[in-house]
Amino acid sequence: MLQSTLKKAEKAKEKKALYGEDIDLEKFIKEEADEHENVTKATEVPKKVQESLLKIGVDPSEKERSGTFIQVDQSGVCTTCASESVEIMGLNVALDKYKWLKDYMWKAVAPDTDKYTAQAAIRESKEYPSGYFIRSLPDSKEIFPLQACMFIGDEQVMQTAHNIIVAEENSELHIITGCATGEDVSSALHVGVSEFYLKKGAKITFTMIHNWAEQVEVRPRTGIMVGDNATYISNYILTSPVKSIQSYPTAYCTGENSRVVFQSILGGLKDSVLDLGSRVLLEGSGSSAEMISRAVSKDQSQVYSRGHLAGRTQNVKGHLECHGLVLSDDSMIYAVPELEGSATELEMSHEAAVGKIAEEEVLYLTSRGLSEEEAASMIVRGFLSMDITGLPPELAAETKNMIDMSLKGM
Amino acid sequence: MIKLLLEITDLAVEVSGKEVLTDVDLYIDKGETHVLLGPNGAGKSTLFMTLLGFPKYKVTRGEILFKGENITNYSTTDRVRMGIGVSFQNPPAIRGVRLEDILKVESGADEDAEELDPEVMELVHKLKFDEKFLDRDVNLGFSGGEVKRSEILQLLAQKPDFIMFDEPDSGVDIENVELLAEQINILLEKDKKIGMREKSGLLITHLGYILNFVIADTAHVLMDGKIACSGNPAEILDDIRKEGFKGCVQCCKVH
Ligand SMILES: Nc1ncnc2c1ncn2[C@@H]1O[C@H](COP(=O)(O)OP(=O)(O)OP(=O)(O)O)[C@@H](O)[C@H]1O
Ligand SMILES: [Mg+2]
Repeated sequence: MLQSTLKKAEKAKEKKALYGEDIDLEKFIKEEADEHENVTKATEVPKKVQESLLKIGVDPSEKERSGTFIQVDQSGVCTTCASESVEIMGLNVALDKYKWLKDYMWKAVAPDTDKYTAQAAIRESKEYPSGYFIRSLPDSKEIFPLQACMFIGDEQVMQTAHNIIVAEENSELHIITGCATGEDVSSALHVGVSEFYLKKGAKITFTMIHNWAEQVEVRPRTGIMVGDNATYISNYILTSPVKSIQSYPTAYCTGENSRVVFQSILGGLKDSVLDLGSRVLLEGSGSSAEMISRAVSKDQSQVYSRGHLAGRTQNVKGHLECHGLVLSDDSMIYAVPELEGSATELEMSHEAAVGKIAEEEVLYLTSRGLSEEEAASMIVRGFLSMDITGLPPELAAETKNMIDMSLKGM
Repeated sequence: MIKLLLEITDLAVEVSGKEVLTDVDLYIDKGETHVLLGPNGAGKSTLFMTLLGFPKYKVTRGEILFKGENITNYSTTDRVRMGIGVSFQNPPAIRGVRLEDILKVESGADEDAEELDPEVMELVHKLKFDEKFLDRDVNLGFSGGEVKRSEILQLLAQKPDFIMFDEPDSGVDIENVELLAEQINILLEKDKKIGMREKSGLLITHLGYILNFVIADTAHVLMDGKIACSGNPAEILDDIRKEGFKGCVQCCKVH
């Protein structure tokens, strides 16, 4: 690791994040990277891990998948790849294999962003780089997705991961990733740093399902560099309780005609505090962004749905949309859409609405024989189940099923 | 004692603190089809919503018996599960809830079922819808005629014993009125001999055009929250066509 990176990280060790409750990192255990055994196939990972995988769209049978990466706590336990078009491996392996990779480290996410990135950077330099490396080769198009999973299996651990995803020129790459926690884990912390690099004409779709345990704290940090004519599409789904999650991925649309889509489905349950946003900086001529979120708050949950769209050059356009349904008096949705224009000739808009379920709609469904609860649940699921765009047809159908499955409990 | 399917006695209903229906008596027997006429604002839809048990409509007097049971305080869900069905005048659009989702519930299929019953699919086609249409959010952007057809389709899947139709023909072109009438006749078992019919209906219409295709047994005129007169549908409609509801006002005074 570059000395300058480490130095920055050291300085930011105590730096609180801008959003989200501050977490005492000392509370957590730093497990070694060889704590869990390696396997050669996803079906060989422990049963308890496999059961959680299915809930987050990661299929242990690896059917219709081009490759798999599974990390348990700090250990990368399984890496497989069945495609010539893509590469997937532990970041440590990739750093040995590709000397150039170090130039992609900490370029889309600054190591001194806050104490969490600092922690990940310091740990990576002292111990062993955890996380994955994914790359699609130039001009390739792999329609089967790669799947990656971050799993927390042990109590009190601090899981850190550094993921680097590179889509080479004119390649198309689909990724399904999920995060989950073992049934017996009550408390843990996940810090995931993900850096995406999309070269000219590349396309990445990144679908992520989170299914943490009720006492887990989560602080992902994500940066996306989008080159000329490249497209990045993110679908994020969280409909299970978590202690707190705070994340604000930032996409840098520096390329000409680059395009970014963020779609999020957020279900606040129990005491969860969700603070999730997305930010797009439109810096390339002709670049565009769409950010759409649907949030529901139940029980005592608090949901912050943030969005920041910045137009910094001419001829860019973007739309930001957050819709929320507040389902209990003890819960809260706080929608913060921000638009920033610092050039002429731009077209940016936002739309935010927070409300309750329309009684008229519930009544309509009860007049078809549903109970009030069934009717409300059907309306909530309908509200959250947005159409996901940009996926190949087979994957779109599967993603739809994944979403439907995630919405069952809502 | 002979029990009628629906017995409404001395019913008074308040909406947002205003009495909209007063002294309504209405009896509908198994196999009968009644028509409800009356000027705008008379309280026709209010009567429907009250029979359905929508919470805004407060029964301040009287009672509603259905299948011999006093349902005056029952929830909408319970009433519908007992066999009451309705097609709405202006149903709400629900974003994200597809017509297919509702049809699944109505036809008793599992919500997770991949496909609709072939029987229901047949109905879908009969009402000139296709698979693509089933995927649409219910009532969202539906044309006037599509709304009415979708309402009737849902009733066909539901098979209620007592069906209320709120202006099934308004805003519908002639060809589609015939199509809807045909399906309403099926719902009300008009193909069976009078004595053999089990299903009953109450139909609101303004122009009465649909009555050219759906034979009704009795008509009632609702004026200002009261039933002004009841009788032969053809005669009453004829009077209304000739003199408007003026004549009914006089009737009201006589009663
Ligand atoms: N929610 C409400 N709040 C206040 N007044 C209401 C409400 N619903 C109905 N009303 C009033 O009750 C009266 C009857 O309305 P209703 O909709 O039952 O009439 P209708 O006979 O169905 O008329 P139309 O032929 O126009 O459909 C009207 O004066 C109407 O304004
Ligand atoms: Mg009406």
